[in-house]
Amino acid sequence: MKLDSRIPSGPIEQAWDQSRFDMKLVNPANKRKFNVIVVGSGLAGGSAAASLGELGYNVKCFCFQDSPRRAHSIAAQGGINAAKNYQNDGDSIYRLFYDTVKGGDFRAREYNVYRLAQNSVNIIDQCVSQGVPFAREYGGALANRSFGGAQVSRTFYARGQTGQQLLLGAYQALEAQVAAGSVAMYTRTEMLDLVVIDGKARGIVTRNLVTGQIESHAADAVILATGGYGNVFYLSTNAKGSNCTAIWRAHKRGAAFANPCFTQIHPTCIPVSGDYQSKLTLMSESLRNDGRIWVPKQLGDKRAPGQIPEGERDYYLERRYPSFGNLVPRDVASRASKAVCDEGRGVGETGLGVYLDFADSINRLGRNAIEERYGNLFEMYNRITGEDPYTSPMRIYPAIHYTMGGLWVDYQLMSTIPGMFVLGEANFSDHGANRLGASALMQGLSDGYFVIPATLGNYLASNKLDKVDTSAPEFAATTAEVHESVRKLLSIKGKRTVSSYHRELGKIIWDYCGMARNAEGLTTAINRVQALRHEFWNNVNVPGSGEDLNQQLEIAGRVADFLELGELMCRDALNRNESCGGHFREEYQTEEGEAMRDDENFQYAAAWEYTGQDTEPLLHKEALEFKYVHPAQRSYK
Amino acid sequence: MAATGAALYLFVTIHLLGNLQVFLGPEAINSYAAKLKSVPEIVWGARLGLLATVGLHILTTIQLMRINAKARPTAYTKKANSASTVASRTMYLSGPTIAAFIVYHLLHLTVGSAHPQYSETDVYSNIVFGFRVWWVSAAYLIAMGLLCTHLRHGVQSMFQSLGFNHPLQTPRIKKFANAVGILYFTGFASMPLAALTGFLPPFFERL
Amino acid sequence: MNLTLHVWRQANAAAPGRMVRYDARDVSEDMSFLEMLDVVNEKLIGEGKEPIAFEHDCREGICGSCGFMINGAAHGPQKGTTICQLHMRYFKDGEELYLEPWRATAFPVLKDLVVDRGAFDRIIAAGGFVSVRTGSAPDGNAIPVPKEAADTAMDAAACIGCGACVAACPNAAAALFTGAKISHLGMLPQGQAERSRRALRMVEQLTLEQFGSCTNIGECEAACPKQIPIEMIARMNRDHLKAAWQFRGAGKSGGGE
Repeated sequence: MKLDSRIPSGPIEQAWDQSRFDMKLVNPANKRKFNVIVVGSGLAGGSAAASLGELGYNVKCFCFQDSPRRAHSIAAQGGINAAKNYQNDGDSIYRLFYDTVKGGDFRAREYNVYRLAQNSVNIIDQCVSQGVPFAREYGGALANRSFGGAQVSRTFYARGQTGQQLLLGAYQALEAQVAAGSVAMYTRTEMLDLVVIDGKARGIVTRNLVTGQIESHAADAVILATGGYGNVFYLSTNAKGSNCTAIWRAHKRGAAFANPCFTQIHPTCIPVSGDYQSKLTLMSESLRNDGRIWVPKQLGDKRAPGQIPEGERDYYLERRYPSFGNLVPRDVASRASKAVCDEGRGVGETGLGVYLDFADSINRLGRNAIEERYGNLFEMYNRITGEDPYTSPMRIYPAIHYTMGGLWVDYQLMSTIPGMFVLGEANFSDHGANRLGASALMQGLSDGYFVIPATLGNYLASNKLDKVDTSAPEFAATTAEVHESVRKLLSIKGKRTVSSYHRELGKIIWDYCGMARNAEGLTTAINRVQALRHEFWNNVNVPGSGEDLNQQLEIAGRVADFLELGELMCRDALNRNESCGGHFREEYQTEEGEAMRDDENFQYAAAWEYTGQDTEPLLHKEALEFKYVHPAQRSYK
Repeated sequence: MAATGAALYLFVTIHLLGNLQVFLGPEAINSYAAKLKSVPEIVWGARLGLLATVGLHILTTIQLMRINAKARPTAYTKKANSASTVASRTMYLSGPTIAAFIVYHLLHLTVGSAHPQYSETDVYSNIVFGFRVWWVSAAYLIAMGLLCTHLRHGVQSMFQSLGFNHPLQTPRIKKFANAVGILYFTGFASMPLAALTGFLPPFFERL
Repeated sequence: MNLTLHVWRQANAAAPGRMVRYDARDVSEDMSFLEMLDVVNEKLIGEGKEPIAFEHDCREGICGSCGFMINGAAHGPQKGTTICQLHMRYFKDGEELYLEPWRATAFPVLKDLVVDRGAFDRIIAAGGFVSVRTGSAPDGNAIPVPKEAADTAMDAAACIGCGACVAACPNAAAALFTGAKISHLGMLPQGQAERSRRALRMVEQLTLEQFGSCTNIGECEAACPKQIPIEMIARMNRDHLKAAWQFRGAGKSGGGE
């Protein structure tokens, strides 16, 4: 496997324009002769399918949900960044580029990030025209808010439902193409394998989740936009259905998987309340603007928060990071919470939680002001916990939120399998080792609306693609393998439920490959995941049949893949002997407990090649070059 | 449905105002009736128009009922109603009951075949003697109650169907619809009640 | 706490269904309703029985996947809350709960509590969009949008497409869903060019999908987890009447392409 990143040369400001000029085009009349498969219908997949359909390609779009509008992009709350400089506060494309590279702790590709910053401005225009109801000022102009990791106000938002509104924009554009006949939508259809013919991606094998039918679809190119793999942790802020199956099975067919250990942990989530817990709920990062984070100074202090006098409280973020205080970046805040809980000073029944206290702000600004700013969040917190955050502090704890790693792609978003493109969170993306708030939506839409329409055409125009249909022997072979794996899952009829394995896997990964990692723990985790996987395939109980709607069968297939991906994450974390962004290796920290990057040895993207179920994966390195933003240590003291 | 409803609403209003003249004494209402009858074009025009409007109102309702029955063929084992008014949920009951009442009402006070001592010219006495039978009055009261709940939902629904809904005005319309419902009921109910209690004396007693 | 559940079980779209009784024991009040069902399902699997199928995904009240009737109320008794955010502390020990799928011809039951809401996608496809070619948009600030218009549009756009309005409506009408989309796009300057055509086509699609007709009863707005008001339906009616007048004689959908 050779990694050719196809990064353009020349000045970064002109690189994307130049490459678009250099790319080959498909004649308008010929576009409808090309079949394109898009898997996933979130911001990246939905926008890609809509834009490609509009260009005239013959598109098939797949999603496992009952409607493309359900994709998990819908849950993004905060906003979307764009270098519009509407605030006149000194923003520019270059600054957004700079902030993103730095925020990613110098583990992202400069040229990709620059293109992302350039596209950001077009995204806002596009979405406004679609009717996305962004927040407005009284004069009718678009409003902005500030977000972590930036000193300018460049985040566009639609209340706390920005992801929903952007997704509905893309979804509506997609449905318009469905009505026009250029996109065929396949809902409740899950991709279970990729079909590779002569080294090129030529189709997929799917399962109809209602009838159980295993079906084949042939195409000239396959686009995966299936989101991240945060659910490997079982408990995450991801939707229950979010999974790695599409990208993992493509990985097993030859797509390199890059930086799987780069996962983002969000510091402000509602803590776990019991074993039955099925998912974690994010409380917006904006709460840290007015809430103060603390734990009792004393170990095992079980008093109610109101009973603990001021002098016996430890406002640890303010203490450790006096200049940024409660507003340190996500990774730093998360690790600090973990540290105090590890010491035994965590709060709540489980001891895994810290207080986020609004008492001071309520005293200073009045209850009304706080209600105006966070009313809906306080309500949500109350609905879930039954506690009133106006009178007693919230309890929060970090949770998995986003995965920066994903399938390796070149500058044109093509994976190591020619003809297979990966967009959005599913690729190893433009965020390096840490993603800034309000940048995920931007990346998904940039990939879907603006990058893939250009790069897909280039692939189709510059390759001689033989006509392929589903009668090719490779389709029969792949379909047979899919049938076999479904049959196998249903035939084990063991003692444990699928969820029990998923929970156990999640616990292992969280404990050893979560907020802090070390070589010993990672080695333990690898062994335990292997053992768990072995047990799964001998003792899982998947009820029902494969011939109808069988939700247990669906999750069984996904958990089987998480059981393999989890091991790769640990291997990647073990290989990366440095701390950067969301990846914190306890062996590599400064005396004050801060992350220590090793640019000399690890300034690369780690792309893993699959070699088989029980053989070790092969590491390929794509060296990262920083010509514009010079690597420096991040400090928030 | 909204359009025919509005027309019928208008008729009910005129009908009520006309009938309330009974309280002005026999001369007033009898001469009003005579005046109306003296121009058959108007009377018959109005009658035919009303018949057509009622017919259309019923026809559109039947269409709606068929569509809606098809839209939910399986009923819930349990169904909670949390927001809707009784008036709105009983339109399909109040409607046909009112229709049946109208037939009786016509036979009773217009054609006279269901009236014990009907007079072509003495509308006043028709009303007074007609309502002196307690169960006739009771039937009228029930029918008027239903008519007014029907109108109550009808009015606000009409605005909504014609596309008028305003954060400030709609609550007012609802209040107005309620008030009008109560007002109309009071108006219509006052006649049988007055006849029953003797407040409206027979013609000869006044002489 | 302990609860008795009566759940609609139906093997597939063609099979007949019936209510089946289950006991939910030792339910924690901190569980969400769906977590309670997870526990019931784990137990059923352990006993070699088929777990109850229900739809869910984000479990934070935004994706619109979840939803069924609890004692005849869409998404259960708590106002402005989807089932995934409904917590067990709002129920009492010993309560009997009846769980049924959304019932409407337009939403055929696929299995147990899972229904097919594809009709909603087709209503959007009929006209619930602004046609704008990718990349052809003017600058985001080129057309000012009054804050009030943007806010009302956002109120309407908050719809999550869960189908509770249809389920709660005695007529199984989808007026609130459709009205919300027509209002959202109709409030914004960007949505004006296609406003009439959109109203005509979406309303026409409602009939084709065999939804019922709105009789202005108001159960939908009470059931809506996003508390979208029926004002949106009035807007749809207004746009539709106007459009029908504007396009009179031009064929049902306001003329051809």
